[in-house]
Amino acid sequence: MAKIILNGKEVEADAGKNLLEVILSSGEDLPYFCWHPKMGSVGACRQCAVVRYKDENDTTGRIVMACMEPASDGSVISTNAPAATEFRARIIESLMTNHPHDCPVCDEGGECHLQDMTVMSGHQVRRYEFGKRTHNNQYLGPFINHEMNRCIQCYRCVRFYRDYAGGTDLNVFSSRNKVYFGRAAEGALESEFSGNLVEICPTGVFTDKTFMDHPTRKWDLTAAPSICHHCSVGCNTIATERYGIVRRIYSRYNGEVNNYFLCDRGRFGYEFTNSDKRIRAFKIPGTTEPAGHEEAMQYLAKALKGKSVAAVGSPRASLETNFALKQLVGDSHFSLGMNTHDLEVAQLAFDIVSSGKIKVPSLKEIEQCDSVFILGEDLTQTAPMMALSVRQSIRNQVKPMASQAGIPNWNEAPVRQILQKDHGPLHIAATMATRLDDVATSTFFNAPAEIARLGYAVAHFINQRLRLPDGMEKRALDLAQRIAKDLMASDKPLIISGVHSKSKEVIMASADVALALSEAGKAVSLSLTFEECNTAGLLMLGGSGLEDLPAADVLIVQENDLFRRMSADKAEKMLASYGLVIAIDHIASHTTSNAQVVIPVGSFAESDGTLVSQEGRAQRFYQVFMPEGDTPEPWRRLAEISMLMGKPFQAHDFHEFTSWLAKSNPEFTGIDTMAPPPDFRMLNQRIPREFHRFSGRTSMKAHRNIHEQKPPEDPDSPLSFTMEGYQGHPDPSLITGYWAPGWNSVQAINKYQIEVGGPLHGGDPGLRLFDQTGGQLSYYQDIPQPLAASVNGWTMIPVYHIFGSEELSRKSPPVKEKAESAGLFLNPATAAEAGIKEGDRVIVQIGAQPASLEVKYTESLGKGFAGVPMGYCGVNPEIAFIKYQKEK
Amino acid sequence: MIPKEIDNHTTENTMLTAEEIHEINEEIGMYPYRQAACIEALKVVQKYRRWVSDESIEDIAAHLEMSAAEVDSVATFYNLIYRKPVGKYVILVCDSVSCYIMGAETMLDHLQNKLGIGLGQTTADDRFTLLTVPCLGTCDHAPAMMVGRDLHRDLTPGKIDAILAACP
Amino acid sequence: MERPLTKNIRTDGQPVFLKEYESQGGYKALPKALKLQPDEVIELVKKSNLKGRGGAGFNTGLKWSFVPKKGDFRHKYLVANGDEMEPGTYKDRLLIEGDPHQLIEGMILSSWAIQADEGFIFIRGEYTYAAEVMSKALAEAKAAGYLGNDILRSGFNFNLHLHTSVGRYICGEETALLNSLEGKRANPRTKPPFPQVSGLFGQPTIVNNIETLCNIPHIINNGAEWFNQLSLTPGDGGTKLFGASGKVKKPGVWELPFGIPMRQIIEENAGGMRDGLKFRGCLPGGASTDFLTEQHLDLKMDYNSVAAAGSRLATGLMIVLDDKTCPVGMVLNMIHFFAQESCGWCTPCREGLPWTEKILRKIEDGRGEMNDLDQLESMVRFMGPGNTFCALAPGATAPLGSALKYFRDDFITHIRDKKCSWK
Ligand SMILES: Cc1cc2nc3c(=O)[nH]c(=O)nc-3n(C[C@H](O)[C@H](O)[C@H](O)COP(=O)(O)O)c2cc1C
Ligand code: SF4
Ligand code: FES
Repeated sequence: MAKIILNGKEVEADAGKNLLEVILSSGEDLPYFCWHPKMGSVGACRQCAVVRYKDENDTTGRIVMACMEPASDGSVISTNAPAATEFRARIIESLMTNHPHDCPVCDEGGECHLQDMTVMSGHQVRRYEFGKRTHNNQYLGPFINHEMNRCIQCYRCVRFYRDYAGGTDLNVFSSRNKVYFGRAAEGALESEFSGNLVEICPTGVFTDKTFMDHPTRKWDLTAAPSICHHCSVGCNTIATERYGIVRRIYSRYNGEVNNYFLCDRGRFGYEFTNSDKRIRAFKIPGTTEPAGHEEAMQYLAKALKGKSVAAVGSPRASLETNFALKQLVGDSHFSLGMNTHDLEVAQLAFDIVSSGKIKVPSLKEIEQCDSVFILGEDLTQTAPMMALSVRQSIRNQVKPMASQAGIPNWNEAPVRQILQKDHGPLHIAATMATRLDDVATSTFFNAPAEIARLGYAVAHFINQRLRLPDGMEKRALDLAQRIAKDLMASDKPLIISGVHSKSKEVIMASADVALALSEAGKAVSLSLTFEECNTAGLLMLGGSGLEDLPAADVLIVQENDLFRRMSADKAEKMLASYGLVIAIDHIASHTTSNAQVVIPVGSFAESDGTLVSQEGRAQRFYQVFMPEGDTPEPWRRLAEISMLMGKPFQAHDFHEFTSWLAKSNPEFTGIDTMAPPPDFRMLNQRIPREFHRFSGRTSMKAHRNIHEQKPPEDPDSPLSFTMEGYQGHPDPSLITGYWAPGWNSVQAINKYQIEVGGPLHGGDPGLRLFDQTGGQLSYYQDIPQPLAASVNGWTMIPVYHIFGSEELSRKSPPVKEKAESAGLFLNPATAAEAGIKEGDRVIVQIGAQPASLEVKYTESLGKGFAGVPMGYCGVNPEIAFIKYQKEK
Repeated sequence: MIPKEIDNHTTENTMLTAEEIHEINEEIGMYPYRQAACIEALKVVQKYRRWVSDESIEDIAAHLEMSAAEVDSVATFYNLIYRKPVGKYVILVCDSVSCYIMGAETMLDHLQNKLGIGLGQTTADDRFTLLTVPCLGTCDHAPAMMVGRDLHRDLTPGKIDAILAACP
Repeated sequence: MERPLTKNIRTDGQPVFLKEYESQGGYKALPKALKLQPDEVIELVKKSNLKGRGGAGFNTGLKWSFVPKKGDFRHKYLVANGDEMEPGTYKDRLLIEGDPHQLIEGMILSSWAIQADEGFIFIRGEYTYAAEVMSKALAEAKAAGYLGNDILRSGFNFNLHLHTSVGRYICGEETALLNSLEGKRANPRTKPPFPQVSGLFGQPTIVNNIETLCNIPHIINNGAEWFNQLSLTPGDGGTKLFGASGKVKKPGVWELPFGIPMRQIIEENAGGMRDGLKFRGCLPGGASTDFLTEQHLDLKMDYNSVAAAGSRLATGLMIVLDDKTCPVGMVLNMIHFFAQESCGWCTPCREGLPWTEKILRKIEDGRGEMNDLDQLESMVRFMGPGNTFCALAPGATAPLGSALKYFRDDFITHIRDKKCSWK
């Protein structure tokens, strides 16, 4: 701790921080552009100038950049000395010389850091009287809009895109006042994290293109805290709406999870909620028209009366929804909605992470690890934000080099300079090339069984008592030895694996490696990915695999597309085996079109719920808006159905539901209290979903009725659907947007944190459900045989793509545009043997269902393997040998 | 730990000539990693082709295991890397202070009239491109210019005519 | 008067190559230095009061002593800065083109002192002839065993490479130079850490000016005391290449002792002003120094005296302003140069210089207003030392700030007459 004198007052400061961080953390305002808490200081914009005095007797002092100065003990600093304020006003004035006067039509207007800083710096009168430089803009793909004239050259975009996220196709060009930020040539941005440019850019150069399709000013958005539904990581988001349309998603700060960022799937995958594929009306047999509520209920009452009912739950639906469904049909008739194989794989992973033996890290903790071994996952595709964290962690092992040279961690450029290309070990064993290979120390591409064998060999070299798989090739043996050595040489090794190789062997091997490291006294962590946003929650809830669901008269399928879980013929067969199939969903799928009854419910934006992430973190998402149509929260709909069936639920609102859930399943203890109950108030007020400057509330529905309607009530949360309510910073789990006086952009986040870049005031939200201490786990040592080459077909390797493999985001047009056309990946040699070339289409025979796929080459896949994209329509997910036939 | 370096570079799919590749590889040998030879590679290509095209940027990028954006970011920073076609002779006229005092503007006017082109342009016969350059470091013999690799000092309009005429 | 730096340089303009260099006593310092401990060499250079000739005038031996002695380093580097793009400067060209081995020997000696094993000579791209001469000399030195591994069987290794640049004045700034050597954009780096600690490829590095390095063999050969007595100013060791350009009778570059009066250089070495012209002022050490005027003619040309007069000795090559040249136009020319050469990293320089240029252009074109002068003055303060990321912008404003002081009337005349009086 250091003491500094800031504007005459003594302030406690963390000596490891820079002055800008200390000043902002102390609650004072100081304008800045180029600094970012996650990307450190580079001193380019010169906006954060303060006056530093030699001591308390020095009256002149000198201008320094706060972001570049260590907060050393005894520093005497003024932010409001005339020299500093004048200089800062001139900086902003200079930046504005080339900035267009387009705020009224700029998408950033009203939430623009440049606007805020201009006001804060006190620049009002324009003295510059000359022409402005202009630039051409580039097409950057479906996600990001480019408007270079607005650029103020803070270099944040390249520093995030290139230095932080490892992207290579965005850069800075030219020099002097002509510097240009963009791509070498027009084209879609390649990074999976490009959407963060929207929040990173302090002005309107990079804006959200999907938002521009249905633009709304920040202050006219209705917003609620949400959780990303597109993978198992559980990033925190803010979801926003106006006129019944979800307008955009942006990042909600959670210091333990996604901090300031999101991946592009999470940010741009929301458009399915606005899609014309949404289910908004009932379908019942015998009517062609969409059926009304009354009619449907009457039908259901009759159809369900005295019938046995089985139900399929869903890993993409909330805990409450699944719990309600389970209550409706009883434990024995409830399936988790995964095929038996996927369920077994997921269950194994779950048993390991929930055992409590080995630490399961948060993303923040992943960033602090200092050696990494990934088995069987292309993280960028399957848990994108985890990949971003791994990218940060690999610098940890070498960072002491910088400290030894006296360079503080925030001093970004010198740290990078001294570390050069050095980084801690990152070993990747995967089925095919991954998007982290560029920073990998070693890569090993092979079939899951071989990855598992490599893992077991690594475990052996850590603990000689463990068996060494026999028949290992020398290359693999050497590699295993090297990996073991690297892991043992680090303090906090991290093992990552997951369900995406669809292989239990891979997961068991990673557990053995982690256990061996743990027994060797290492502070090891183990992170296993799951496929969907609530897989972990569902496993805690318990239920059977799809194939094990008992026979019954009626089948209810809740928010699940069985055609993604099993081959088409199997799914059809399964559906046909029930007398009546009722599909409940918010969006159309093969399953809803194969069901006799379809029941509409709300999407995540129209519901409250709880999801459990791969880390075991239970997190609450809130309803953003009250839909106009008949799309209630799924658990409410299920309560309605239960009532029809003559067994009303005990719980009526969301809180009662979660309490019921927590009481009946002790593993969930605490999820009902982890966020404030519906009657929670701050200063006797609800927390508003709308901004205090929301416009046109009394007139926005005047085309229908000029009398202002009573706003909807929210019985389920302490949030209100209006702009009225508590105007301060709310409980951390109820943040609906960031604002502080003078801070209209997302950068107001600084004001919500205890200290800049640290936890939120009141703690980062979410509740860890896996016990982290004292558990038991024993070695698996279930070593698979070396892989025999396939004889009459190719061995199928599941391949995932961030855009396209996940069900919901894939139904969002901008994501679909990015989704690579379903391709069949082959080694050129494999293709040559079959007389096939890159670009050919082949019909692959998987089970009963043929699929036509375009051949793509990859050297990283072994001979005899075929990489088949998961989750693409018409491609079956079950592991198999596949037969092929060249399409004419 | 430095990520693995791949040594055996295939030169398929690149338009770089064997000579260019050889010279670039020589430069790579001077540095701890191949990307550091970026400027050298740009120089080599420009030496043979007068300027660096988008295609060359991509070829260099592939050879150095960089992206086109990374190479172009460097290329566009420096004024002596030409990213647009130039003539056989690039004329660099010093327009800095000593030459300014000694009449650089007159020389520039003369050159523009004589060649019939403006600054940054190339003559129709593709022989001359006219550019200005910061101080050529020969201020005691101002005004000065370079034509190709040759320095010419104590310029007068008459001398300029003779220099241009002597260009093969 | 001794002229160690230029004594070998031939009047016919031909370079001195290895044989001739050796016959003049070249490479004699090398075995001598290799017998000394590296620290002894540093100590000697410190005592010689050799100050960096690249502009800042920092004690060279002291700078060397900051290179860490212990530690696990892949390499230590020595870099010769031959970017020489400061307008009005042409001294390093003379040393490279005239006597390349003097630099090479100087670099070997320096590398021994700091225990560097790799070196680069960074020469601006336009110096094509200098590069040719240098490559030939390097090949000779390598063949003669002065460079490479096990130099003179001492066990000491030093490999020296030539790097020709591809433009941009900012490359002369030592940390930008290092980025450029690494094949990157030449943006300056954050300091600290200084290159001595984390320089080229993150390794300890010394960047020295060419002229600085050329002094080393003579210091080794003749000692610190001898070096100090070459100068008329105690504390500034050695001789200096001084020069004058502009409308003087005999523009040129001369090796002279520190402390020589400015008048003597202009009137004797440069032969005085051309007929019909009067001396109005000069920039004493390149385009990024403040104007001095007639009143300063008797100023001693050494670091402290010139600084005391409100300017900087910097490169020591003067640009002379006569009474028929427009000072506003001259300043505009320089600001244009600096605006063009800004690397575009920090705001005051990137945005401030083009704005300043536009205001000056307005005045020069006869569209100026009186409050433009206040604007210009505030620009000078805005881009002052400490306010920008590197020293380019503060250097850029030096001639402007001083011109506003000494030649204010000329600005006012432009504004009043709505035209440039010299056009
Ligand atoms: C914009 C700028 C340009 C510079 N250009 C040169 C140059 O061309 N040559 C040079 O030796 N030093 C130049 N310098 C000074 C160098 O940064 C550095 O101080 C010098 O090379 C150190 O060598 P010395 O200690 O031998 O003087 C420049 C500095 C700045 C800020
Ligand atoms: S002052 Fe700033 S913009 Fe100018 S050259 Fe230095 S770092 Fe670049
Ligand atoms: S935030 Fe400090 S210089 Fe940009």
